[in-house]
Amino acid sequence: MIVVSEGPLKTTPLTAAHRALGGRMTPFGGYDMPVQYPLGILKEHLWTREHAGLFDVSHMGPSFLDLAAKSGDGEADHRAVAAIVEPLVCGDIRGLKPGQIRYTLLMNAAGGVLDDLMIGRPAAPARQGGLYIVVNAGTKEGDFAALEAAVGDQARLTRADDGALIAVQGPQAVEVVEAILPGVAQQSFMTFTTRDFEGNALTVARCGYTGEDGFEILAPAAIGESIWNRLLADPRVRAIGLGARDSLRLEAGLPLYGHDLDETISPIEANLAFAVSKRRLKAADFPGAARLAREQSGGPARLRVGLRVLQGAPAREGAPIANAEGVTVGVVTSGGFAPSIGAPIAMGYAPPALGAAGTQLFVVVRGKPQPAEVVAMPFIPHRYVRNPAL
Amino acid sequence: MRFTKDHEWVDLVGDTATIGITAYAAEQLGDVVFVELPATGKTVKAGEALAVVESVKAASDVYAPISGAVTAANGELADNPQTVNDAPEAGGWFVKIKISDPKEVEALMDIHAYNAFLGTL
Repeated sequence: MIVVSEGPLKTTPLTAAHRALGGRMTPFGGYDMPVQYPLGILKEHLWTREHAGLFDVSHMGPSFLDLAAKSGDGEADHRAVAAIVEPLVCGDIRGLKPGQIRYTLLMNAAGGVLDDLMIGRPAAPARQGGLYIVVNAGTKEGDFAALEAAVGDQARLTRADDGALIAVQGPQAVEVVEAILPGVAQQSFMTFTTRDFEGNALTVARCGYTGEDGFEILAPAAIGESIWNRLLADPRVRAIGLGARDSLRLEAGLPLYGHDLDETISPIEANLAFAVSKRRLKAADFPGAARLAREQSGGPARLRVGLRVLQGAPAREGAPIANAEGVTVGVVTSGGFAPSIGAPIAMGYAPPALGAAGTQLFVVVRGKPQPAEVVAMPFIPHRYVRNPAL
Repeated sequence: MRFTKDHEWVDLVGDTATIGITAYAAEQLGDVVFVELPATGKTVKAGEALAVVESVKAASDVYAPISGAVTAANGELADNPQTVNDAPEAGGWFVKIKISDPKEVEALMDIHAYNAFLGTL
């Protein structure tokens, strides 16, 4: 769940910029964050789908892991650092190619998900034996503690969550970012590079969580606002708050940790089998592997499904899902109005037998059953650029 | 027109009050995407839940500012909920209520008192 820290809210290097733009601030993951700007959630959402949206995601947890003693053999050093992290996650970290990023899951012994995260392998030969790891805001203290415990003195974990993490998302994001960081257009989706910006090293990942093409740029705090303002000066760019970030990721069918994923839900139940390495599952060398293997062969007890609400109010987190007979069979874990569809959508957990597209179900909103239909996710097709033309 | 601290407005003509949410409330809610209104004939007491207004982000209850019987609900909002944002104190009205106690209306804030109240927020 999202941990709301006691005491004053933390700020990001961009908090003053949000206030200057008229951002409506709200506590999120212990940080004072903009939920929307004067443009409003609906228009911010649609702008991102058509042009380029600029997001402050500095509340998240970027970090770098580096082997303490590198051999100088890039492949051997990568295998060594991967071997330190793999016991915590269900993904194939060893198999990452130089420059590649992978979405993976931090697991507990019961086969539940402690967090979803990105792990990348640096492209540069000199940086082999290192990993770029980005975890969620609400879970980062626990994640970093687990990583620290696992690495011991074999490697050094350097948190970079005091910096500015800026996402640019949308079909025009590549042109916008290319204008200030020449060369990024040649990156494929789910890769990252280190680039110079006015003498500062930036970590530039082509990735995101909106379903659109885009980038996440990690910059030192001191130049965060300068990069933010440079990007915002482009007429194709608008600042986008957390409200639209949530509706964009919902339409993209992407789970939000603490809502659609938690420590009781397995990656198989969450329909994230793509993030479970076949090699790792066969070797059963990560926490909870036995449950995942069992669920993959025998089927999970519940499955994350997408729903189109055919009539009535948006079904939000906690709304019961009922079958045709009115019996509660599941629950909505996130839902709302989908601006790009013009109708309410939701995701939630239901028995796999009711998970096929076209299945007619009901969502219960304020005691009233409303018809809903199971649909394939994503609700809006992903537009990732995996092999950009050079 | 009279106003409540929950940012509803009440426009009384004869014994029928038209009720909606204020421009301030509409601005705070953001883009309205769904409005759930009571059926005509329903009787409500002041302070009871009357309607639900949903923005992209959240659902918010609207409470009956006065007691009475619902005589009409704004059907326009089913197809065009954004009317609440475009014209909150005109075409974006929610319901009409035949009031049971005129004193309840008199006890609400007038425009000067409401504007003074907004100034404290």
